[in-house]
Amino acid sequence: MDLAFFVGCIAPLRYPGIESATREVLERLGVSIRDLEGASCCPAPGVTRSFDVKTWVTMAARNIALAERQGQNIMTVCNGCFGSLFESAHLLGEDPALLRDVNDILEGLNMTVTPHGVEVRHFAEFLAKDVSDNTIKKSFKRKLDLDVAVHYGCHFLKPSKIKQLDDPERPTMVDKLVELTGARSLEYKDKQMCCGAGGGVRARHPDTALAMTKAKMDIIKEAGADCIVDVCPFCHLQYDKGQKALGKDYDIPVLHLAQLYGLAMDIDPKLLGFEAHDIPVKLKV
Amino acid sequence: MAADNVPDTAWKSTLIDDVGETVNLCFQCGTCTSSCPSGRMTAFRTRQILRMAQFGLPELILPSDDLWYCTTCYTCYERCPRGVEIVGIITSLRNMAVRAGFMSEAHKDLVKTLYETGHLIPTSDKIMALRKDLGLDEVPHTVLRDKEALKQVQYIMEQTRLLMIIKES
Ligand code: SF4
Ligand code: SF4
Repeated sequence: MDLAFFVGCIAPLRYPGIESATREVLERLGVSIRDLEGASCCPAPGVTRSFDVKTWVTMAARNIALAERQGQNIMTVCNGCFGSLFESAHLLGEDPALLRDVNDILEGLNMTVTPHGVEVRHFAEFLAKDVSDNTIKKSFKRKLDLDVAVHYGCHFLKPSKIKQLDDPERPTMVDKLVELTGARSLEYKDKQMCCGAGGGVRARHPDTALAMTKAKMDIIKEAGADCIVDVCPFCHLQYDKGQKALGKDYDIPVLHLAQLYGLAMDIDPKLLGFEAHDIPVKLKV
Repeated sequence: MAADNVPDTAWKSTLIDDVGETVNLCFQCGTCTSSCPSGRMTAFRTRQILRMAQFGLPELILPSDDLWYCTTCYTCYERCPRGVEIVGIITSLRNMAVRAGFMSEAHKDLVKTLYETGHLIPTSDKIMALRKDLGLDEVPHTVLRDKEALKQVQYIMEQTRLLMIIKES
């Protein structure tokens, strides 16, 4: 099944380089995607789900129903979108009463969602599972000489009982994807710790969110990272804007995995959208 | 709701109806609290929320700011030796807090943005210009270029009454 690209909110509207890099990288890997026309916010799990589970799951179900209509599986580039859509699809597949409630609302829109109708994929696990290392390596035009602090974020692998992608405490999936570029993925303390932004904390308690970001940044700086590589535009935003807000001279550029792959494929950096970053992306690659 | 330190058994049953019985499995080991990134920075104690929920003390939980320090990172959930649905329980408690009128202005604004635009992030001329430079369509292929799609999102939010709950609070 082809893939419907679910762009979300932060990638298209704050860091469009993540969107353009994803499109460029997938094209070079021979993966065809189509836009998921008419999609909305996933909607963001940390806030929407915290406010009202029913609103969260029904809006997610509408996005899933759009993909069903296009006859395509969903591809996300964001842990938040992945969390909302994957977990909603899972719940709708498991809970017939919930499915009925949600379809009752969708009926008013002449829409319906089918249990297990489409799969919800994340860019990173798609590359790891559906594209061979050889294909990926062949698409690269240069070797990246970088020490990378990988940040998995929370909603990519967890809750692991339903995601079943990798060990949530000691994952290797994204580290391996990063190392295919020739870069080295650093071991560092509290690697699996949250960036601080999730759960509505960034909006309601920004100082607490930033305190968590600072804890991570101090460790990442200490580890000697040239850059952070994330798989989530929200973590990306928290690290990029957070460094600026903290006012310290961390100066550690923040790249989404798609942007790192863009560099390895020698795609014109102008097309990778680094202009939108607060922390300048100056890397000697 | 009962007086603030008298267990409210009726409330407790509504919590269990919503998220299941695992709240009763908690044996207060504190693994959640010691795993919590937010608890490192603040006085928020996951274990305490769980104990208050177990006792059935909505008067103490729902108005509390503590409930909103969880980033939903799932670390505690992954590590809990008793399989307590910690994030599901916190989510259910938050849903109740919202319905009881305890919601921050910052969070209310997010719901309004979601209703008005279908997204949580506003767009701008600057971002559209940058999108164009990157070879992307200026306006993404979402509700932003489709008024009917936006109406569908608004219809859902009207059906689930989230907006009204917020307005009434
Ligand atoms: S880790 Fe589980 S059992 Fe231990 S205190 Fe937390 S919720 Fe209770
Ligand atoms: S899910 Fe919430 S309570 Fe649990 S460790 Fe993460 S921030 Fe703390």
